[in-house]
Amino acid sequence: MSDPLFSNKNLKLLTEPLGKSNPITVQVLGICSALAVTAQLKPALVMTLSVIAVLALSNVIISLLRNTIPNRIRIIVQLVIIASLVILVDQILKAFVYDVSKQLSVFVGLIITNCIIMGRLEAFALGNRPWQSFLDGVGNAAGYGWILIVVGFVRELFGSGSIYGYRVIPDSWYMTNGGFYENNGMMILPPMALITVGIIIWIQRSRNRELIEN
Amino acid sequence: MDRNGNIYTFIYAAIMVILVAAILASVAMALKPLQTKNIEIEKKQDILASVNIESTATDAANLYEEKIRKQYVVNSKGEIIEGVDAFNIDLKKERAKPQEGQLLPVFECETETGLKYILPLRGAGLWGPIWGYISIDSDMNTIYGATFDHQGETPGLGAEISTKSFQNAFKGKKLFDQSGGLISVTIKKSGQSAPEEHSVDGISGGTITSKGLEKMLLDDLNSYREFLISKKS
Repeated sequence: MSDPLFSNKNLKLLTEPLGKSNPITVQVLGICSALAVTAQLKPALVMTLSVIAVLALSNVIISLLRNTIPNRIRIIVQLVIIASLVILVDQILKAFVYDVSKQLSVFVGLIITNCIIMGRLEAFALGNRPWQSFLDGVGNAAGYGWILIVVGFVRELFGSGSIYGYRVIPDSWYMTNGGFYENNGMMILPPMALITVGIIIWIQRSRNRELIEN
Repeated sequence: MDRNGNIYTFIYAAIMVILVAAILASVAMALKPLQTKNIEIEKKQDILASVNIESTATDAANLYEEKIRKQYVVNSKGEIIEGVDAFNIDLKKERAKPQEGQLLPVFECETETGLKYILPLRGAGLWGPIWGYISIDSDMNTIYGATFDHQGETPGLGAEISTKSFQNAFKGKKLFDQSGGLISVTIKKSGQSAPEEHSVDGISGGTITSKGLEKMLLDDLNSYREFLISKKS
């Protein structure tokens, strides 16, 4: 109980999911949404922010309730809480920032199915205090998010020649305008997201030998 | 109380469900007016965008009042139906009716280059509904502008229908061929040949959305066919 708020142990909860216990590259969770929202940078970014909000909040709520939840229906309780939070987020976005809510469209709903969220509730929030759960939630969602953003960046750059919707490859380079360049159509299709994630995993494992399985 | 007992579990579940339902219901009701207003503003912005007028969420309502001179409803024979509010017609319900019974809204906009007719469209994309507005010159043949939107098409693929560059390609395209047949606009795949004035380039990776959009245009314009012809002559 006497742990300072940002003790080393607590900070680790925040930083480890960014690297060596990253939910996507190490635990290989949440891959489906990583494919769906990364064709462009903007939805990837918005998805990241929403997942941070939902995961941090649901971790805290479950952690507060952890001593009251009947063991046999704990999964249902978790689902009800995640789903309600997602609906609340969606309703609030629709009322106050309609543009953003249109950007997110179906992805808000998809947050419910993100296995990282239930995974963290089950593995962490049920057995830890609220503050630690909050850090764990933010850390894991950010670990998920930075991969999404990198993949979104790569796919949008090579697939559409733009970054965050702004054109970065000059029009005159394109073959249709007499240049030498062509967007890689493969980049905007889902398989390329998997390949990009694979490359990130490869780089990470070659730098951190502990992660390599025998 | 025993936390693993049946009674505790039942009571817990019941309280949780009632509590969550109450919270969600009250939030939804409290935010409803704001949401309805946002949707109305968006619709006005879309209608204005189809006649190439840019608007923001704050000035859309005023601009709409100023620019959209008339709005009325016609039937599939092209006759005006009195006493129906064109703006609030639910296209989803109308499209479910047989063509003869559909109420078809028309908006008229006076621009610097003359009178334009704006027709709403609604169809199906890959994941959900797609919709839009198309504005037609007073010759009832040339497309003056178009705007499309969607609920959940894939970003970077089907969702490209809501980008300006895709929509701009529709400007100047013709609806009718020389002999007066309604052929609308096709969305080409690369390598496919189609007459220049009746086609635009498709979206790579967005074939099903493109096909849906093409069908939406043809079907909905067909409903307005008699209206278009009657205004033409």
